[in-house]
Amino acid sequence: MDLTELYHDLILDHGKKPRNFGKCNKFNHDAEGHNPLCGDNIHVYLILDTDKKVKDISFEGSGCAISVASSSIMTEIVKGKSEKQARELLNAFFKMIKEGQEIKKAGLSEDEHIKFSSLAGVGRFPMRVKCATLSWHTLKAALDDEKKPINSEIID
Amino acid sequence: MNLKDIKSQFPIFKFNKNLIYFDTANSAQKPIQVIDALEDFYKNHYANIGRAVYGLAARATADFESTRETIKEFVNGTEGEIVFTKNSTESLNLVAHCFGKFLKEGDEIILTEAEHHSNYVPWHFLRKKKVNIKFIPINEDGEVEVNKLTSLITNKTKIISVIHISNVTGLTTDLKKIISIAKAKKISVCIDGTQAVAHSHVDLKDLDCDFYAFSSHKIYGPTGVGILYMKNKWIEQFEPFNGGGGMIQNVDTKNITYASGVSKFEAGSLASAEVIALKQAVKFVKDIKVKNIISHEQSLASYALEKISKFNDVEFVGRPSNKGSVFSFNIKGVHAHDASTVFDEDNIAVRAGHHCCQILHKKMKIGSSLRMSFGVYNNKQDIDAICESIKKCKKIFKLK
Repeated sequence: MDLTELYHDLILDHGKKPRNFGKCNKFNHDAEGHNPLCGDNIHVYLILDTDKKVKDISFEGSGCAISVASSSIMTEIVKGKSEKQARELLNAFFKMIKEGQEIKKAGLSEDEHIKFSSLAGVGRFPMRVKCATLSWHTLKAALDDEKKPINSEIID
Repeated sequence: MNLKDIKSQFPIFKFNKNLIYFDTANSAQKPIQVIDALEDFYKNHYANIGRAVYGLAARATADFESTRETIKEFVNGTEGEIVFTKNSTESLNLVAHCFGKFLKEGDEIILTEAEHHSNYVPWHFLRKKKVNIKFIPINEDGEVEVNKLTSLITNKTKIISVIHISNVTGLTTDLKKIISIAKAKKISVCIDGTQAVAHSHVDLKDLDCDFYAFSSHKIYGPTGVGILYMKNKWIEQFEPFNGGGGMIQNVDTKNITYASGVSKFEAGSLASAEVIALKQAVKFVKDIKVKNIISHEQSLASYALEKISKFNDVEFVGRPSNKGSVFSFNIKGVHAHDASTVFDEDNIAVRAGHHCCQILHKKMKIGSSLRMSFGVYNNKQDIDAICESIKKCKKIFKLK
């Protein structure tokens, strides 16, 4: 596989200039995620409003281009979605990465769909799957109010 | 030494024609002699060792014990002071656990900031007993500042446990100085020699430390075998680490007495085939001669450092002037894991991460690094190949 299919412009851009980076004001859900083997760590913050809608979402942490880009793209896509949609998206993400299942456009704009699918190539690099899924597992933990930091090494 | 011949003794390079292996510090590839010895034992000579009296078992036991002799000669150890464990980590756990029984609240242990987690975590367990751990700092070059040791020692200091050669920077700790300071104060010394054996001269009589731990799989031997040298006084004084068959003298429903000597620390069936095959690994290293390995690895390191230094965006972890078998670096703007994936596409095996040395990486203010380590099978073409791969990496990540 050509590496530029993995490290294409969208991934490099989000890897270098992550969006929604930092702690969002007045967050009411958060969770930490780690990958102890590679040393990646992430903290996801989000505001779930009374209508169960993700009003704001952000992240902090450090990791490789795949991990940072995946986190950045996740926050862009999930922002403004309902909790239910967010959960559907994270399940779709795991299916896309681990089982190579293409995601249906339903509920995503053209731009969001391109961003979401940009990470599909990671599935062809089994050693890097955990890099891409760490932020999504952490998002799930934040929605579930999981207090213990999650460990993507164990989950995946 | 004839490099081409040596590489041809490693079947892995026949099956993986274009493999460039820079991860010997993680685990060395195995020469055919070692693989053959494993197969020969399982096929033709297999019986459990140290138990039965029939000929097959007796011969297997003798073969096993002769590895102990080979190891003893190789590191210039003393008769009856070589214990087999399952790896360096277990060797160090044994020392920390058994030595820890003599420690009480307020006692102190001194380590360095360059330790592999295997020489820190086992000692950390003793903090439950309110034992304190101090660290000899490393400077920005990655060197252990041995001149700061004296100021850390108090009358509560009971043991100093240090790494011989760093698995990240490749720097060698000034063990002679540490041991002489420790001896003057009657403090015990434990050494993690995992990266040193088969890459530098190790003479245990000359060092005269209390404990020295290393691993079979890092010296071209099989996995699952660790070696722990410990002075006889500790063999006598330590309580057993594990209990079970093979480590007892007499057992009844009320009392148990333990075996004397190293058997006290070798409970249960051991990795007998692996220990027997380890003998061939030591023979392999001795035939090449450690001094030839040192000069081969030093010349590769010099060549690699010279070539890699030419990339303006490479940062080394610690002082790159060190000429050992291991060094680490980062390409600015590219995470180590991403670079490693690029290298992997060119069949180049390089470890990326913190290499089980988070304290060192935090001190150096980096999260991870790329580590290159050499073995007898590496050559200059391997280094030219990784330089091409670094160029590719820079291109993919749009670095100038």
